[in-house]
Amino acid sequence: MAKATAGKQGAKVRSDCYIEITSKRLGGIKLDFKSKVDVMYGESIRTTILKMCKFFELKHATILVEDYGALPSTLMARFELAVKRLNIKMEKEYLPDFNKKNKYTTTKDKLRRSRLYLPGNEPKFYPNAGLHKPDGVILDLEDSVAPTEKDSAQLIVRNALRAIDFYGSERMVRINQLPQGLDDLKYIVPHNVHVILIPKVETAEQIKEVDAEVQRLKKLHRIKNDIYFMPIIESALGVINAYPIATASKNICALAIGLEDYTADIGTQRTNEEKESFYARTALVNAAKAAGVQAIDTVFSDVNDMDGLRNSVLEAKGLGFEGKGCIHPRQIQIVHDAFAPTEVEITKAQKIVTAFEEAKLKGIGVVSIGSKMIDAPVVKRAINTLKIATLIKK
Amino acid sequence: MKLIKNAAGRLVPTEVNGKKVIPYKGVNKYKPTGNKYGAKIKSCTDYPDNGNKVAKNLREALKKAGLKNGMTISTHHHLRNGDVLTNILFDTIKKMGIKNIRWFPSASFPVHEHLIKYLDDGTIHHIEGSMNGPLGRYTSEGKMKGVGVLRSHGGRYQSIQDGYVHVDIAVIAAPTADPFGNATGDRGKSACGLLGFALADSEYADSVIVVTDNLIPFPCSPWQIQGNNVDYVVEVESLGDPAKIVSGTTHVTKSPDRLLIAEYVADFLEHSGILKDGFSFQAGAGGTNLAFALYLKEKMIKKNIKARFIRGGSTKYLVEMLEEGLTDYILDGQTFDLEGVRSMRENSGHLNTSPFTSYNFHGKGNFASMLDAVVLGATEVDINFNANVVTHSDGYLLHGIGGWQNCMFGKTVILAIPSFRDRIPVIVDEVTTLVAPGKLVDVIVTERGIAINPKRKDLLKAVEGSGLPIKPIKEIYKEVNDICGGKPAKPKVNKDEVVAIIKWVDGTVIDSVFKVEKKYY
Repeated sequence: MAKATAGKQGAKVRSDCYIEITSKRLGGIKLDFKSKVDVMYGESIRTTILKMCKFFELKHATILVEDYGALPSTLMARFELAVKRLNIKMEKEYLPDFNKKNKYTTTKDKLRRSRLYLPGNEPKFYPNAGLHKPDGVILDLEDSVAPTEKDSAQLIVRNALRAIDFYGSERMVRINQLPQGLDDLKYIVPHNVHVILIPKVETAEQIKEVDAEVQRLKKLHRIKNDIYFMPIIESALGVINAYPIATASKNICALAIGLEDYTADIGTQRTNEEKESFYARTALVNAAKAAGVQAIDTVFSDVNDMDGLRNSVLEAKGLGFEGKGCIHPRQIQIVHDAFAPTEVEITKAQKIVTAFEEAKLKGIGVVSIGSKMIDAPVVKRAINTLKIATLIKK
Repeated sequence: MKLIKNAAGRLVPTEVNGKKVIPYKGVNKYKPTGNKYGAKIKSCTDYPDNGNKVAKNLREALKKAGLKNGMTISTHHHLRNGDVLTNILFDTIKKMGIKNIRWFPSASFPVHEHLIKYLDDGTIHHIEGSMNGPLGRYTSEGKMKGVGVLRSHGGRYQSIQDGYVHVDIAVIAAPTADPFGNATGDRGKSACGLLGFALADSEYADSVIVVTDNLIPFPCSPWQIQGNNVDYVVEVESLGDPAKIVSGTTHVTKSPDRLLIAEYVADFLEHSGILKDGFSFQAGAGGTNLAFALYLKEKMIKKNIKARFIRGGSTKYLVEMLEEGLTDYILDGQTFDLEGVRSMRENSGHLNTSPFTSYNFHGKGNFASMLDAVVLGATEVDINFNANVVTHSDGYLLHGIGGWQNCMFGKTVILAIPSFRDRIPVIVDEVTTLVAPGKLVDVIVTERGIAINPKRKDLLKAVEGSGLPIKPIKEIYKEVNDICGGKPAKPKVNKDEVVAIIKWVDGTVIDSVFKVEKKYY
């Protein structure tokens, strides 16, 4: 007789469940079942559990299910985990149907102003996350998951990538620090992950390692879509190596900075003024631009301070960052507003581009507005501003 | 029990607790004629000339009022979950050996779980009012001796006025009162705001007992309940738990999904053109509702718009709007926090209302129908916009109707609800219990989009091109089923056993609640 458990238990748990499996020698499957949604979905839950028993060849066991309204993909992940904790050799995967709405792809230069962090072992936050319209959602396998629940999060995230509609947000996953993070890849690569966030990157080799494993899995599962990387630089060494990291793979779409770990690494504290990280942030922006990828800023952690957030984004935008991490859905709109080109910026950019087009038509080499000469980089910036403005309108 | 199909196609009894009831006939189809019910004639010579009506205690007052088996006793819910008096009242009735009381509260709260033992032992025969939480569960499982009757606040006034409910003894909790019986709720240690829910009972009951924990010398001014309607005054140590009577402060929801719904509601009012100078709206004290009022406030400041009046459960947020000049008046139906109570005492723009002024079907008009926009919640809404507020999808009775049905007569009725809770769909194919017909529901605002009732072509047109996520309700319904894992199964109920009926605002029966067959959990 062996026993394994998975999931969450208690009065405060919602949209989740608790599973306890005790294997027996004889007696078949005995299912003890309590559910908040017994009336509505009791039969469906029972059917799923029995089907999964069959799939995993579990023949004799007592099974306790305490259900607090877990969605099907969550229930399946919890049950599979209990089975796998009971039988560590079990390699079969019980996959929920792939939601047709999740087949969309991404591009390297997609807008990434906001990315919403979702803890990897908290499926209750998933179904509505996309409704708040972040540019991307990050299913996090790293810091938000307790070390003892890493296996839980892998299955929850895998099933979420398949079943949960994120309403067009870019589908990102933050894997664990290497080498542990390499093991995470098989749970996400086959399930249309768009961007993999690689934490605490310090060297180009680490990117290459991830890249090789991703390519191997893509081949194995015949995945054609591009999968991009966003390394997160969180240490002094990482900052020094930012450029080699940013150019380590053609699949890198952005460099991000993580300031909690960085400030700890250089032996200081994070302040609101962020003077202590000025060098790291500008160095990162510089490396990203040199490599032709996006520069993405850290998260703003005070969810009640919306003015602070706005100022922080404006400051980041001033430094050359193009995105900010969000830890609460209410931060998203503020981040988008702050990153948006202002009316004045748009009007000015339009004037510059028009003057440039006219000059080109007339065959004049020098562009000017009134008495002011316009250099090529100014035109480039103006074109970029208009591009962002158009993307936002969509 | 013989059941027939009413005009809404729902199965309802024609007789309840030994009395005939009229099946629902449609919105505004049933208008009783004749005279209103009259209260008994009383003579002032039967009351002390010195105005002192103080009785020794509750037991003596009940005895003097002629308490007998089978009587109807009314109480009111202005003390909310802090109400200890009602529990003491029934402890006393039990000790007096009285049986088969029809309890006629304006609403019940979880604190009244205490009364289940009196339902068990026959002290209370059945409840007409609301059966919330534990009492709802008890009723749903078929344990109550009689059949429960649920009415709206307006319906309660109506049922008294058309004589369907004769109140033998009304027991009114009064946070401040004088020996003559003048009473108010806006001051005293158990201050709760207003006593409007007790107004009808004070006028029509055979005997009226005012119970206070703050007896002051005559006159208690201002008075919300008039001493001239009161028979006896009883002084007690405490009416209840002040912390549960009103909250110290009311908090806006922090749930991002509810905030999103609230934002959509405010955006909808703006884009539909309802938000304009001199407009009026109703806002409750639920988390989403409070948040909606705050988003609306931002828009009002930005556009320099002022409301003429806001009806509501008053809270500090509405009080701030009044004090900042964003509305001329608050029409207070129920006071939810200490700031609301303070404002009621101090601000002449903060008006007391009652179910008579706001909701009563037999009044010569009422305030609810004058509102430009009403924002309410619901437990379920179906694809035909029919709405439920009393039962959950598992068939259990859990909430009262409150003013919800009455507010359905506002010009634009908006239900602000999540499309599902945990794995419980809120947008369904058919409501478990019909409490408001779909023709009165104009807009459903969920986190997954806004559905406008197709009959409101004006609204559909007004928000065209607004960028709001307007969707057909069936699309939201389908999406919810996809997320939750298919169409939810219906509760197993015993269609032969009606445990409660739902009254429409005119006194007809719009639906029945059936005994839940299986005990879940």
